[in-house]
Amino acid sequence: MAEIVIKGVAKDFGAFTALHSVDLTIADQEFMVLLGASGCGKTTLLRIIAGLETPSQGEVWIGGRRVDHLPPRARGISMVFQNYAVFPHLTVFENIAFGLRMAKVTGTEVDRRVRRTAELMHIEQLLKRYSGELSGGQRQRVAVARALAMEPDVILMDEPLSNLDALLRLEMRAELKGVLAESKTTTIYVTHDQVEAMSLADRISVMNGGYIVQADRPTEVYRNPAARFVGSFIGNPPMNFLPAKSEGAGRWHVAGQSFAGPQGSAAEFAIRPEDLHPSDTGLSAEVRVVEPLGPHTLVTAQVAGQPFRAVLDSDRHITPGEVITLAPVPDRIRWFDPETQKAIA
Amino acid sequence: MTDTSPPPAPQLEARRAGRFLFYAGVALLVLWVLVPIWFLFVNALSAPSEVTGFPKRIWPSFDLASVQFFLQFQGVTQALWNSVKVAVLTMILSIAMGAPAGYALSRFDFPGKEFFRVLVIMTRAFPLPLLALPLAVMFIRTGLDDTVLGLALVHAMLALPFAVLITFSLFSGIPVELEEAAWTLGCNRLQAFIKVVLPLALPGIMASAVFAFVISWNEVFAAAVLTIENRTLTAFLLQSLNVSPLPLKFAGGAALVMPALIFIFAVRKYLFAMWGIANR
Repeated sequence: MAEIVIKGVAKDFGAFTALHSVDLTIADQEFMVLLGASGCGKTTLLRIIAGLETPSQGEVWIGGRRVDHLPPRARGISMVFQNYAVFPHLTVFENIAFGLRMAKVTGTEVDRRVRRTAELMHIEQLLKRYSGELSGGQRQRVAVARALAMEPDVILMDEPLSNLDALLRLEMRAELKGVLAESKTTTIYVTHDQVEAMSLADRISVMNGGYIVQADRPTEVYRNPAARFVGSFIGNPPMNFLPAKSEGAGRWHVAGQSFAGPQGSAAEFAIRPEDLHPSDTGLSAEVRVVEPLGPHTLVTAQVAGQPFRAVLDSDRHITPGEVITLAPVPDRIRWFDPETQKAIA
Repeated sequence: MTDTSPPPAPQLEARRAGRFLFYAGVALLVLWVLVPIWFLFVNALSAPSEVTGFPKRIWPSFDLASVQFFLQFQGVTQALWNSVKVAVLTMILSIAMGAPAGYALSRFDFPGKEFFRVLVIMTRAFPLPLLALPLAVMFIRTGLDDTVLGLALVHAMLALPFAVLITFSLFSGIPVELEEAAWTLGCNRLQAFIKVVLPLALPGIMASAVFAFVISWNEVFAAAVLTIENRTLTAFLLQSLNVSPLPLKFAGGAALVMPALIFIFAVRKYLFAMWGIANR
C-alpha cells in the first residue's frame, strides 16, 4: 500500500520559483503522469518525491509515512533516470542486483529476483554484459529491471523513453504499461510527450510554470481542459480559441455567429479541430494550408483574423484560398474566462 | 566535390610549404625532448671511457660500470630511498587532500566556489624561493626541518593544485545520476561514492597520484633548502654532482629521469583525459 500525498510542496532555486505550493494525492497502484513543457517543474516535483531534492516548503507522505526529511534510500522508492544511469563498471546482472545486495538480500534470492526481472524485461541473455556493450533500448530495460527488482512501493520515472528512437519508444511504452500494471506499484512518470502521457496514465497532472493546472483522467483532460493552457498544450493540433462578445442572456457572438454559452460578461470560445465539420451554417473560414494526412485532412484557415485549424474527413476536396463554413459540434464547445484563463462550467 | 583538377600553382606551393613547416615543427619538438634523453642514456649506459669519446654510438654499449659506480657512491642509495619516501608521502597527501576538494568542486555549489578555484591555482603563483626561507624558519621551529614529512608537506603543496583540478575534471566526467541511482538503491552518500564513483574514478586518481609522485621526485629547490642529512636524490645530486666525474653525472641524470618517464608513459592516456581532451 503506497498512497502518495503531497501537501503544499514548494521549491525555490535562489530567486527562481520552480514549484508554487503543489498539492497532489496519488492513489495506491495508480499510474500518474506529470506532463508539461520543459521548465514547468515536473522533474523537480519528481526529484522532491525521490528525496534527491529538498522542498523549500511542504510535506511528502508515502504510504502513510512522512518522508520529506528522509534520504532516498529510506523512502521505499525506485527511480528510472532519463539517461538510464546504468553503472558502467558492473555487469547487467550486478546492476540489477545492486539494490538487493545493499538491502542484504541472500544470494539465492538475489539470483532469483535478478533472473525474474531480467526475464520480464527480456534481457536475460544480456546478464553478463557491461553497459558499454548495450544499445540505448537495452540500457533502458536494464534500468527498469533494476528498479523493479527492488519490488518497491513506488516507481519514479523521469522521461525514461525520451532518449530512444521513435519506433523503440512505441514498443517500450506498451511494454512498460504491461509490466508496471502487473507489478502493482504506484508509478509517477514524468514526460513532455502528451501521446505518451495519454496512453500510459491513469491520471495526468498537467503542469505549467510551477503549478499543477489540472490532474484528471486522460480523456477528461482532453475533453474538458480546466484551463486555457491545457487546451492549448494537449491535442495535436491543439484547441482553437476565438474571442466572444456577450449578447446577454447566455448568448455569445463569435466570428459573426451566435452561440449559446455561459452567463457572464466575458468569455473565450474554444473548440477542438476534430469537433468541426463542413456545413451550410457556421464559422466562415478562409483556407490557407491543406495537409492531407490519410485518414483525415488537416486544414489551417483563418476565422475572424485568428488562426484556426480543423481536422476534416479526407473525402472532401478543399483547396487553399477557398472559403468554407465549419459548424462546431454543440456539446464539444468549451468556454474560458479570459481573465483567469480557467474553464467556465 | 568531384572536381579533381589540381589547384593553381601558388596555392599548391603554399600548401606544400605549410606541410613542410608543420612536420619540421613536429620534428623539432620531438628532437627537443628526445635528444637530451638519448644523450643521457647513451652516456649512462656506456663505459666511462666512452663518455668523453666522439663520435657517439646510437646504441649504448651497455657497460654498467658508470651505473655501478654511481650506486656505490657514498649516500646515493640513502638519497634514492629518501626520494621514494618523500614522493610516496607526497602522493598520498596530495590525493587525500586533493580528491575530496575536487569532489566538492564538481558536486556542490557553495559560495566562493569560483574564488576557491582561482585560489587553488594561485598557490602556484608564488615562487618557491620566496616561500623557502620563511618555511625553513618555521620548519626549524616546529622540528619539521630535515624530515621526510616536512619535505613531503611542501611537495604536496606543489602537487595539490594539480590534484584538485585533475580530480575535479575527473569527478565532473562521472554523471551525477549514477550517484543518485545508487542513493535510490539503498546507498548513503559514502557508500555510493565507494561503490560507484571510486571504481570509475580510480584509474584517473591513480594517474593524478603518479603525477604528484613525479612532481616530488623532480623537485630540487625545496629539497635542497629544507634538508641536510635526509637529502633526496635531486638535492643530493645537485650538491655532489658538480664535483664528481662526468660518467657519474650522466648516471645520476638517468636515475632522475627514468622513473618520471616510465610513470608518465604508463599513465599518458589518463593525463590526456585529465586535461579534458578525451573526457569532454
